[in-house]
Amino acid sequence: MKIEQTRDNTTLTLALEGRLDTITAPELEQVVNASLDGLTALIFDFAKLEYVSSAGLRVLLSAQKKMNKQGKMEVKNVCAEIMEVLDITGFSDILTIV
Amino acid sequence: MATKETTVDASIEKGEALTAFVESMLEPYEPSPKATIQVDVAIDEVFSNIVQYSGAKSVTVVANLDEPTSMFSLTFVDGGKPYNPLENDDPDVSLPVEERQIGGLGIFLVKKTMDDVQYERKGDQNYFTIFKKIR
Repeated sequence: MKIEQTRDNTTLTLALEGRLDTITAPELEQVVNASLDGLTALIFDFAKLEYVSSAGLRVLLSAQKKMNKQGKMEVKNVCAEIMEVLDITGFSDILTIV
Repeated sequence: MATKETTVDASIEKGEALTAFVESMLEPYEPSPKATIQVDVAIDEVFSNIVQYSGAKSVTVVANLDEPTSMFSLTFVDGGKPYNPLENDDPDVSLPVEERQIGGLGIFLVKKTMDDVQYERKGDQNYFTIFKKIR
């Protein structure tokens, strides 16, 4: 998985490419945890993401909980296959999908 | 009927090899992109579960495609301790964010996206099989 970071003042966009699974989720978790300080908006761009497994959902949930305390989090460009995973797991109700 | 099998070490990074093994087996049968993704996710969930909980040193997967029906099955065989993830209760997926637990979500996802899942304990081995119509 590739993670492209774009920072604009206190907004961070993470564009993910590839697969967010058990192998790659820890990498994303590290990037998120290292970047949270002073952040008011965290945007995930899923345009090039192929799929998400529960290991990836765990990282998204933890990021959402943290951003609830300091700003907002949004997930954009979610494809139908990933949307189905978010729907089944109830994550479409927890996350802000734009 | 096409059957193939492979054995990998029970370590997380081997999941990638399993996914590649299954994708290359299924490719000639032109699986739908959606089924491919769902099978890939299921492999990640089941394999990582075995690696985390079974204590097995290696995992053998037996992949089978019934060509007339396009029904694909993948059996994970491991010699770890008896462990049936299907016995666990489904997670509550309606809880608000602060109360959400992530445990059990992976197997729940597998149950929802596969056509069938089965667990069997035979001898001193666990057999966990996922079934998915690939197109």
